[in-house]
Amino acid sequence: MSGLNPLFTVASIIAVASTAMVITRTVAVHALLYLVVSLLAIAVIFATLGAPFAAALEIIIYAGAIMILFIFVVMMLNLDRGDAARESRWLSPQSWAGPAILAGLMVAELIYGGLRDGGIGQAGLVVGPSAIGRELYGPYILAAELASMLLLAGLVSAYHLGRAIGARQE
Amino acid sequence: MASMAGTSVPLQDVILLCAVLFALGLAGLLMRRNMLFMLMSIEIMLNATGLAFVGAGARWGQADGQIMFLLVLSLAAAEISVGLALILLLQARRPTLDADTGNGLKG
Amino acid sequence: MHSLLIAVPLLPLLGAVVLMLGSLRLAPAAVRFVGIGSVGLSAFLAGLLALHVTHAQMPVNAELWQWIRLDGFDATMRLHLDGLSVVMMLIITAIGFLIHLYSGEYMAGDEGYARFFAYLNLFIAAMLILVLADDLLLLYVGWEGVGLCSYLLIGFWWREPENGAAARKAFIVTRIGDTAFIIGLLLLAARFQTLSIAGALHGAQGAWSAGSMWPTLVCFLLLGGAVGKSAQLPLQTWLPDAMAGPTPVSALIHAATMVTAGVYLIARTHALFLLAPAALGATGLIGAATLLIAAVAALAQTDIKRVLAYSTISQIGYMFLALGVHAWTGAIFHLATHAFFKALLFLTAGAIILRLHHEQDMRRMGGLARTMPGIFACFLIGSASLAALPMVTAGFYSKETILGAAWEDGGFGKLLWCAGVAGAFLTALYIFRATFSVFLGDLRSEPHGRTGSRIAIPLAVLAVLALVGGFMQIPRGLGMSVSLLSRTLSPVFGTGAGNGEVPGAGALGAMLVASLAPLAGLLLAWTSRGEALVPAHWATFMRSGLGFDALYARLFVAPFDWLVHALRPDGFDLLFDRLAQAMIRLHGLLSLSQTGRVRWYAGWVAAGSLAALTIAVLS
Repeated sequence: MSGLNPLFTVASIIAVASTAMVITRTVAVHALLYLVVSLLAIAVIFATLGAPFAAALEIIIYAGAIMILFIFVVMMLNLDRGDAARESRWLSPQSWAGPAILAGLMVAELIYGGLRDGGIGQAGLVVGPSAIGRELYGPYILAAELASMLLLAGLVSAYHLGRAIGARQE
Repeated sequence: MASMAGTSVPLQDVILLCAVLFALGLAGLLMRRNMLFMLMSIEIMLNATGLAFVGAGARWGQADGQIMFLLVLSLAAAEISVGLALILLLQARRPTLDADTGNGLKG
Repeated sequence: MHSLLIAVPLLPLLGAVVLMLGSLRLAPAAVRFVGIGSVGLSAFLAGLLALHVTHAQMPVNAELWQWIRLDGFDATMRLHLDGLSVVMMLIITAIGFLIHLYSGEYMAGDEGYARFFAYLNLFIAAMLILVLADDLLLLYVGWEGVGLCSYLLIGFWWREPENGAAARKAFIVTRIGDTAFIIGLLLLAARFQTLSIAGALHGAQGAWSAGSMWPTLVCFLLLGGAVGKSAQLPLQTWLPDAMAGPTPVSALIHAATMVTAGVYLIARTHALFLLAPAALGATGLIGAATLLIAAVAALAQTDIKRVLAYSTISQIGYMFLALGVHAWTGAIFHLATHAFFKALLFLTAGAIILRLHHEQDMRRMGGLARTMPGIFACFLIGSASLAALPMVTAGFYSKETILGAAWEDGGFGKLLWCAGVAGAFLTALYIFRATFSVFLGDLRSEPHGRTGSRIAIPLAVLAVLALVGGFMQIPRGLGMSVSLLSRTLSPVFGTGAGNGEVPGAGALGAMLVASLAPLAGLLLAWTSRGEALVPAHWATFMRSGLGFDALYARLFVAPFDWLVHALRPDGFDLLFDRLAQAMIRLHGLLSLSQTGRVRWYAGWVAAGSLAALTIAVLS
């Protein structure tokens, strides 16, 4: 285990715990809040790995934009106690037995596959934004352009669907 | 931030964490019937994948891992906006968030 | 000369074609002109040819064309006219002409008038081809042709389903015989590469020894064909039901000509049969058995035509008996006289039926002698000839020839003679019982109208023939001797007992006994007229033809029916049906996995990727 870096250890425990809480809550907002905590913990992990840019992006975009979107939608949907009760009904033991087994097997597989070859050395470097920028606009320029097109597509479709929603509600 | 990278993290631990998080996300996807929760679980899975990429990039000290993470992030953003719009549209059509009711392609 | 020979079967054939094509357009008078005229002209030409052949003592040949030419077989269409063919040809055309004339009035007003004459002409043409053929294959063509015409004419009034059933029965039963026939022909053809009569018979005499397996096999097969066509045991069941056809048809086809084709066949191929004594013995025994069974059955019939049908079966039994004792001339003699008196009887019965509004049940007839004297006389003459009353009837001379030959023959001869005498007694009994019940006693049905000349003239001609026709062949022992027939036939048959020779002393005594048997029958018929001869349930058994129909129904028809019904679910179809059903069930099973739910699909994706991962990790 990672006795070498206590920050990493603590952050990973928080991440796992809060993710477990996310998937077992009945109230949507609670789950979202736990998810935010999980994302923050992962941002810390990124920082310990020497990826400050990734950590910043995690917080700004993932926790800051995507989660806000979620919260807006939840508020629009106006979920109340009745919904929470329904959620808890849906979360019966039959429904999480199968997935739990499957997920457990998956974890076992991944761990076995990932850790089988023994320890790998670490670089221990910090890769800052400037390095990323040089890579991004150098060899990965095409990927960057494609990503921007993807975002454009997402924007257009979200706008279009939003108009349909708006029209329906009138 | 440089001081935080004092002792390096072995890659196995990152992979282990990633595996656990991915499994949790998968379990959540399969367990929950509410479409919002399913989307949340998908986010968890995407996040776990990004973590794996960053860890791998950090192991070699290259920027490629973080760039891949950037791409995953933009993917998640696009996906979530469209997905949420669709959920709202479906909600307007049929006032339910139950994913199991969408079985019109049955048989 | 040989173009005349070709014209003889060609004229009726052309007549048939013209009538078939113009059946809707020709007036009845025109139909009669074509139908009766073609056969009349044929008869005239046949007479000319007969004179030529008997004068010149030489056969006439007319080659038509080469039919088949293969590496191992060839067949030529050739017509051959010798003594035997002359006799047959004269019978067919002359009696055919008389019956055509008769039908002109009998079938008047029927909606199928032209069709009737067309079929009848076609029949005459086919029968002529049969007797004039020089090649067994051409003979078989004629054989099948007459079978077809028989089917068409039995079922002539096709609107009644029973007539169609009777026609089918006739066709199917004779078909059994025909199959044996063609197998026999194929065996001959395989062995001798030819089926020309002269060629095959000479080949057989050279290659096969008497009594060996091959000729016996072939002859039994040919006998099978003859038995089928001539309605002998065991294939006799079709003839009584064939009475469903019009009376002229019964007279022509089922009395005078078609049913004698079997006799002709055996007479024509007698050289082959001489190589198979077993087959000849079987012929004689079949003839004897059939004549007795049919005579017994005839005693109990109530339909006037069925009496005559069983009588025909019985008389052909006599002909087969004659063939069995090598009396070829006797058989042909009896064939000729039988044609005269049986046609006479059938046509007279037809005249009665016509006058009584198509009534055929003898129990509803009676006392007609006073109202129909001419018809009474004809029927009486016919009955007398059938019963072979001594000296004055044609039937007497032919039957005596046969019985004399049977007595003279070794082996079963005496046994066959006894059967023949018993048969003669029964024949006289049943036919005179029929005569007395129809013509004497009280009038039960009133006849109407009068019998026209077109019916009366053929009846008169046949009556004369039935009386004097026997004088063409009088055995020497009875005073003067006439041997017109045997001289005509001797080039074909040679000479011997039953072929014109002098009977011995013992034979004269036998002849006397045989002459008295019909008189005894007549006496019994006279004394028992109006009363029943046998108890009621026996009579029912006899009326059904001694239960043969029921026997065959149980032996052959019922299992076939059962098989048909058992195969109805159609095993092979079932196999494919089951296959299709299994596929549908499998489909249903697999469709269960398509729930339409996203989580379900996601779960399976996860499981699948887990499996792939396992493989990747473990390998």
